[in-house]
Amino acid sequence: MLNPVPAQPPAPPLLSVQGLDVTYETGAQGFWGRPKAFKALEDISFDLHPGETLGLVGESGSGKTTTGRAVLRRITASAGKIVFQGKDITHTKGEALRKLRRNMQLVFQDPYASLNPRMRVIDLVAEPLLVHGLIRHVDEARDRITELLRIVGLPADAHDRFPHAFSGGQRQRIGIARALALQPEFIVADEPVSALDVSVRAQVVNLMQDLQRELGLSYLFIAHDLSVVRHISHRVAILYAGRMVEIADRDDLYDHPIHPYTEALLSAVPVPDPRTQRQRKRIVYGGEIPDLVNPPAGCRFSTRCPLATEQCHKEAPKLSERSAGHLVACWNR
Amino acid sequence: MSVSANSTGTPLLEVEKLKVEFDTRRGLVQGLRGVTLSIGRGETLGVVGESGSGKSVTAQAVMGLIDLPGRIASGDIRWKGRSLLGSDGERYARDIRGKEVAMVFQDPMTSLNPVLKIGTQIGEVLERHLGMTRAQARNRAEELLAAVGISAPGRRLDQYPHEFSGGMRQRVMIAMAIACEPELLIADEPTTALDVTIQAQILELLAELQQSLGLSVVLITHDLGVVAGLCHRVAVMYAGQIIETGLAEDVFERPAHPYTQGLLRSTPRLDEVSDRLVSIEGTPPNLVTPPEGCSFQQRCPLSGEACRKAPKLEHIRPDAEAACWRPSVPAWATPLMSPTFP
Ligand SMILES: Nc1ncnc2c1ncn2[C@@H]1O[C@H](COP(=O)(O)OP(=O)(O)OP(=O)(O)O)[C@@H](O)[C@H]1O
Ligand SMILES: Nc1ncnc2c1ncn2[C@@H]1O[C@H](COP(=O)(O)OP(=O)(O)OP(=O)(O)O)[C@@H](O)[C@H]1O
Ligand code: SF4
Ligand code: SF4
Ligand SMILES: [Mg+2]
Ligand SMILES: [Mg+2]
Repeated sequence: MLNPVPAQPPAPPLLSVQGLDVTYETGAQGFWGRPKAFKALEDISFDLHPGETLGLVGESGSGKTTTGRAVLRRITASAGKIVFQGKDITHTKGEALRKLRRNMQLVFQDPYASLNPRMRVIDLVAEPLLVHGLIRHVDEARDRITELLRIVGLPADAHDRFPHAFSGGQRQRIGIARALALQPEFIVADEPVSALDVSVRAQVVNLMQDLQRELGLSYLFIAHDLSVVRHISHRVAILYAGRMVEIADRDDLYDHPIHPYTEALLSAVPVPDPRTQRQRKRIVYGGEIPDLVNPPAGCRFSTRCPLATEQCHKEAPKLSERSAGHLVACWNR
Repeated sequence: MSVSANSTGTPLLEVEKLKVEFDTRRGLVQGLRGVTLSIGRGETLGVVGESGSGKSVTAQAVMGLIDLPGRIASGDIRWKGRSLLGSDGERYARDIRGKEVAMVFQDPMTSLNPVLKIGTQIGEVLERHLGMTRAQARNRAEELLAAVGISAPGRRLDQYPHEFSGGMRQRVMIAMAIACEPELLIADEPTTALDVTIQAQILELLAELQQSLGLSVVLITHDLGVVAGLCHRVAVMYAGQIIETGLAEDVFERPAHPYTQGLLRSTPRLDEVSDRLVSIEGTPPNLVTPPEGCSFQQRCPLSGEACRKAPKLEHIRPDAEAACWRPSVPAWATPLMSPTFP
């Protein structure tokens, strides 16, 4: 018998999130006038490898943006650990945090709101360099910015124009150029194409894929569009009401979903093909996403799940591995 | 599902060569540049196209909602064969709008009054259009909420819009729209603001109502998947014009216009993995000074000398029309890396 090819020793993850909780305070007053708090994220764990895209999916309020912000250290974790390039950065502060931030950048959803309308494109792209003290004047970085604008596919005369002179897709390119200015290894892209039209969306998705290949970037790609996520991601994680219910390799997750919520979610996405779409079976569960301030005991999907048993109402299931790299949090699947 | 629902007699709604202009500071925006479409009884027409292509303006024109700085510059809109324009037409339009033809908007929060109870808001429609008494209207409102799948409808009547979730508000909007048993429902992006599982519920509701009430539906959306699931026919808009129309199955299977071809190939699919999406470079033209000739010229891989003259929407098959000099020619090659990388 032939020996199996020895497995490559797995490269250490670029980012490792372990048991992350994030707590927000609500405006409401609780007992004794203490502000009420709720857990927007509970026990979130995942790894992201160099050059990899992890798609993070979930419905509105499920905690996608919160996850991105916690990883970038823009909000504080109330429990758990965030390890970046082998270092525990959960509590990094001051100068060390500033240095760290150079290496992790954010691309926003709204290309209109996220760019200061009074700044020229060149100043917008140079801003991160100035803020981090890498240059003292825009002129020092002119060549670099020209190169960045070329890479993201903006016209050469874009430098001195203001954001309003650009279309949505072009503004998103400016946002990406800004994020790339500091040569980060890791980018959190929070719904980067949701506000764009279909034809323009493809331009930006292609650009992000090219940049990844050329520069070896890792992406945490947040979106609620499951079709775009399938296209761009290597692995995909599904959030429901602040918990991760399933994570797997892209095709494994889309072709063989295990968690009842993932199954319903995938079945609800319409496919742009009338024949296929008419034959697809939709799994529609009634009910709504639970209120995070008073979440149900046990599994958060138990209020809608047809498979729920007594155990589900008492105890929250943890992620467990079902096949290599495919983790699911469910008692009955 | 029968597809040729428009085969009997006069169509319900006809829009003919409609031009709508907006007099803005930037200049005269040509929002609609000659739109022609029709919809038959029991038929569902999907209208797709990117932002600014004229989908909402078309719906607004039908509903009489074009306000200054906008105006209908030319063309006609007919309901059951009678014009809705001109002074006679406007009187007729007042009778039928809200009653025989009703509309659902994208954002229910802006169309519901936040300080009025849901029951009061639905009741008002019934009292105004159908002359019901308050008690009758309340009973009917409860039935309508039940019909759109809201549980405990009696109790819900006394709640305010903010006590409803986004999906429930959209159900309320649909309940109000079908209150007078309209023949045509125009839904402008009714599910765009909703999560997919809620979107699926609303689309299912629309399909059910369409069947049970024999409704005609115009569904405006930029989600091609939504059209695929629900519509018999589809009209694709670009830069204020319809550039392709036909049976949904045909248009999705053999798109004729290069823009439609590109649109379908630039949309990732849940059930397929592709290495790379087609990307239609560039952006739609400015509607203050639209290009002479075909409006897709600047972005079209097939564009040539002939395209400097505007193509008309013409039959390419018995049930399909396209506005292109070279219809049904494959326009997009398998895409390579972005040109920005050497
Ligand atoms: N600054 C904040 N203070 C209090 N609660 C917050 C704050 N930010 C978010 N939340 C709440 O935390 C939960 C998760 O929000 P988050 O923005 O992470 O969701 P999301 O998955 O990104 O949703 P969307 O798809 O709508 O962007 C929601 O219930 C939200 O209302
Ligand atoms: N009130 C207005 N004033 C000026 N221009 C307008 C007005 N309403 C619409 N337009 C213009 O008319 C054109 C068509 O707009 P319309 O709202 O129909 O687009 P749409 O296809 O519905 O786009 P979206 O997908 O963004 O809703 C656009 O160029 C728009 O700028
Ligand atoms: S744990 Fe129970 S309630 Fe939760 S998804 Fe699984 S079966 Fe359903
Ligand atoms: S008319 Fe010419 S430019 Fe316009 S879509 Fe057809 S081939 Fe392209
Ligand atoms: Mg978010
Ligand atoms: Mg619109």
